[in-house]
Amino acid sequence: MSFLLGENMTGGYGSADILHDCTIGVEQGEIAVVVGPNGAGKSTAMKAIFGMLNLRQGRVTIDGEDITSLKPEERVLKGMGFVPQTANVFTSLSVEENLEMGAFIRRDDFSKTMEQVFDLFPILKEKRKQPAGELSGGQRQQVAVGRALMTEPKVLMLDEPTAGVSPIVMDELFDRIIEVARTGIAILMVEQNAKQALNIADKGYVLVQGENRFTDTGAALMANPEVRRAFLGG
Amino acid sequence: MTDILNALVILANFIVVPAMAYGSQLALGALGITMIYSILRFSNFAHGELMSFGAMTTILVTWALQSADISLGVLPTALLGIPVAIAVTVVLALTIDKTVYQYYRRIRAEPVTLLIVSIGVMFLISGLIRFIIGPGDRVFTDGQRFLLKARAFKQMTGLNEGLAIKMTQGITVATAIVLVVLVFWFLNKTRTGKSMRAYSDNEDLALLSGINPERVVLITWVITAALAAVAGTLYGLDKSYKPFTYLSLLLPIFSAAIVGGVGNPIGAIAGGFVIAFSELTITFAYKKVLTYLLPDDMAPDTLMQLLSTDYKIALSFVILVIVLIFKPTGLFSGKTI
Repeated sequence: MSFLLGENMTGGYGSADILHDCTIGVEQGEIAVVVGPNGAGKSTAMKAIFGMLNLRQGRVTIDGEDITSLKPEERVLKGMGFVPQTANVFTSLSVEENLEMGAFIRRDDFSKTMEQVFDLFPILKEKRKQPAGELSGGQRQQVAVGRALMTEPKVLMLDEPTAGVSPIVMDELFDRIIEVARTGIAILMVEQNAKQALNIADKGYVLVQGENRFTDTGAALMANPEVRRAFLGG
Repeated sequence: MTDILNALVILANFIVVPAMAYGSQLALGALGITMIYSILRFSNFAHGELMSFGAMTTILVTWALQSADISLGVLPTALLGIPVAIAVTVVLALTIDKTVYQYYRRIRAEPVTLLIVSIGVMFLISGLIRFIIGPGDRVFTDGQRFLLKARAFKQMTGLNEGLAIKMTQGITVATAIVLVVLVFWFLNKTRTGKSMRAYSDNEDLALLSGINPERVVLITWVITAALAAVAGTLYGLDKSYKPFTYLSLLLPIFSAAIVGGVGNPIGAIAGGFVIAFSELTITFAYKKVLTYLLPDDMAPDTLMQLLSTDYKIALSFVILVIVLIFKPTGLFSGKTI
């Protein structure tokens, strides 16, 4: 069983279900990527795992513990970190304050974690006093990821971390994400840039209309002609 | 040369000193409006009455102290009443929040609904005040009246015109500076203050970070009620306490908050002074000043007043409209309404 697992999830926002018996999991130190066409329920699946959506069926477990009924902020305490797709930084707060707010639930000294985040994203150390709203798109994403890392999560969930950034910045961000995974954190992310994302993925999930269509290692999905033709543009 | 100095002293005496005091009172009021707006996301029309309630409590305590023969010497006894007034006003604000606003937060009411609710709260508090202390005019200043007397100033400088600074004006400005420094220190340096700014900036992300919204709201009310109690007392000390004036004070205070950029604390303070200085410079009669400055044959016969003081309140409305036309986010870009 995976370290973080959303099992047989069925649910949606109103009465209509968006997810149908969808299963997504990730191991510690690995990167799992969820890809699929627009409206496939990728972001919805992330929200469901993080508790921002009520599930009608299925369950979510972390390290074997059932957390299906927990609120998002309670899941943070269980070691989950989430980077939303939009509005994922406090724009009027400085970079440093953003990181401090990321560590809000921690009562111990978090200066070491902040140093680690600055080591991972050196540019943030340089701009620590600047309001996050004044940074470029790529730098903002770094703040967002850094903020989520401040609780020292065991699982980091990223909803389209490379949305709206240039290809060079995207490669750079993916490199950083690999680095984070190497520290033993499980990474689950949704990506529009399916090819690049599957390249770095240990595990890939292709969702279509809220259902699992293909589930395999990243490399196997890249090699699968059907997946290539339908979802990766040949 | 002495003519110019005399003219400047008149301006200082009738515009700068009173506007500094009035501006401080408006700034403290606007700071409360802006805090509620940025955290609870509605325009709190009951803020004027909250100030009035604070002032009333101070008066009641002052009376009690005076009858017990306790005084502060040269300083007004009311200063001793302020801590009590803060405590009582905080309790009132929290009680209202728990019984009224909390319900509307839970059903996720629109800001405009909350605004209308706050008007109801305004009537409630104003009724309560009239029930307790009545609608009459109360003067509760005691101690020394002046920090600097006009005659002493004349003797000191040998000028014709005097400069007077009332004790209450000095206290008002000093208190405002202390409070503003405290509020800014709290918002920018403490963990709780930062979490309030974070909550105001991005509610969803604040929740994800484990910031407890009810705690943020509670602290916001504590700070707002404290500011309101002090601002109300200072205004009452400086002028006199009449419950009805706090309703008309609502307009300049809201103007100050919006002119500065609503949701922006620095803007609220700047806005307070902008409104105060414009009200006084535009309604001041410049006859005497011009008599000093112009050659004798050009001395004006009329009062040389741009606008009668009766229109003082309307003036803050005019400034508000001008700012909204040319810079809708306010002088220090706040949030757009």
